[in-house]
Amino acid sequence: MLTLMGVAVVVVGFAIGFNPLLVVVAAALVTGLAAGMAPDEVLAAFGKAFNENRFVSVAWLVLPAIGILERAGLQERARSLIGLIRVVTVGRLLIVYMLLRQLTAAVGLISIAGHAQTVKPLVAPMAEAAAELKHGDISDNERDKVRALTAATDNIALFFGEDVFLAIGSILLMVGFMQQSGIEVQPLALSFWALPTAIAAFFVHGARLLLFDRRAMKTKAPSK
Amino acid sequence: MITLHHVYLLVGALFVVFAVLSVRDAANPKRWTTGLFWALFAASFLGGDYFGDLGNGVLVLAMALIAGGGGLGTGKPATTTPVERQASAQRWGNALFVPALVIPIVTLAGTFAIKGLAWPIVIDPVLINGLPLGDAKQATLISLACGAVIAAFLAVVLLRQPLSSPFQEGRRLMDVIGWAALLPQMLASLGAVFAVAGVGKVVGDIAAQWVPADNLAIAVVVYCVGMAAFTMIMGNAFAAFPVLTAGVGIPFLIQRFGGEPAAVAAIGMLSGFCGTLMTPLAANFNIVPAALLELKNRNGVILAQIPTALVMLAINIALMYALAF
Repeated sequence: MLTLMGVAVVVVGFAIGFNPLLVVVAAALVTGLAAGMAPDEVLAAFGKAFNENRFVSVAWLVLPAIGILERAGLQERARSLIGLIRVVTVGRLLIVYMLLRQLTAAVGLISIAGHAQTVKPLVAPMAEAAAELKHGDISDNERDKVRALTAATDNIALFFGEDVFLAIGSILLMVGFMQQSGIEVQPLALSFWALPTAIAAFFVHGARLLLFDRRAMKTKAPSK
Repeated sequence: MITLHHVYLLVGALFVVFAVLSVRDAANPKRWTTGLFWALFAASFLGGDYFGDLGNGVLVLAMALIAGGGGLGTGKPATTTPVERQASAQRWGNALFVPALVIPIVTLAGTFAIKGLAWPIVIDPVLINGLPLGDAKQATLISLACGAVIAAFLAVVLLRQPLSSPFQEGRRLMDVIGWAALLPQMLASLGAVFAVAGVGKVVGDIAAQWVPADNLAIAVVVYCVGMAAFTMIMGNAFAAFPVLTAGVGIPFLIQRFGGEPAAVAAIGMLSGFCGTLMTPLAANFNIVPAALLELKNRNGVILAQIPTALVMLAINIALMYALAF
């Protein structure tokens, strides 16, 4: 049970709102010490994993390109395009984005969109413009809500789309682990059983997006 | 042949430039610690394979202390004003989308060129002197890196932006992300320490104790909720899957109750994804975008996801119960 103390450090540390980096260091140290490792052993295990996981940070390479495009007015252009489409709302825009993201993820194209590549420079400004089109100026709080919903939609579409693809990491992991345990499963069967959840996710989140349009209208109506 | 090593050299070089520009930025009150932070990040990419495990541990500890102790300031890179951006948007119009689209197109084309494609059409990998263009196992990351470089180059040339703009603008966005930039890699490392210390085994044993011998419905709930909950703790469904599947999924759902293995595994993993949507430990999905979009509440993205995640968890439980048995 002592091994779980590191988990407690993570939960409490994040809940209190300490800087996550320090929480992670503390949790690693507590976990390692509780498991009977020496401090330098913990540090070495941590450093080894950090080095092996550098690929996680390769995505920052897209920031220069995105930054230049913002400098040249990409967000402004994305906004003015929204102004041309009269029927657009935050919910409808994000449903279209969710559909595209889910379908492309389902055929394995997971890195063609993402928070740095599409959400920040394109979809979030479009969603904000759609909100402004409907409600005039929106408060900073509402702006944050629209942005958060855009990022959330990207995640949800990705998570519940990618498992339909045969060669995605999670499918390969499942096949490998089940094989180790002496159970043969076919990738095709795994992706087939991911379909009902994928479809349900589209309708559940889609309904929430449409509700967001209605709710947003309600909060704005009295302030004439 | 391009390998991940070359991509790391590129990332390292970019962070070297960010470090130098940060130190030279007098508008940043914490320019020295900010510069040191990016320099250490650069060192990790350029020399991480030579520092040894303990050396890398010391390096990441130093980075965490700088960033966690508030050592990262925000610089003032030369950029454009909102009015200038508006004018530029009108001048360039839809040409602005071209470099943005180049990133996914090159990523896609590059992946096919390196790895080839078997279906729906056959594409052979491109060979140069009998060697593939890049390491097939890392085809997507290598192609993404190429796409990012080509897009930045195109944006500078096509939209007549200053030559310094890739670096200044990249640094501007990096400063906005700040300490959150380090978090995904840190959490992956924490997961490794958890694994070495045997956290998974303890959790799997606890979950198994909760499963009654003769109630299928409760067993399904324990497995799916356990996947979501343990994913929230680990920040990653991939870490939770072996633990819960070995502890509950295989012995109870598959062996005792005769569940269809593929349905149990697939829907179990998707239950884990519901947990990913609700935890700050899945930093690159939940915390990094909050920083990137400059949300006041760093948990804003998670809050927007919780309702969908909870409904989807309930649906996954129902689907597994109905479809796997």
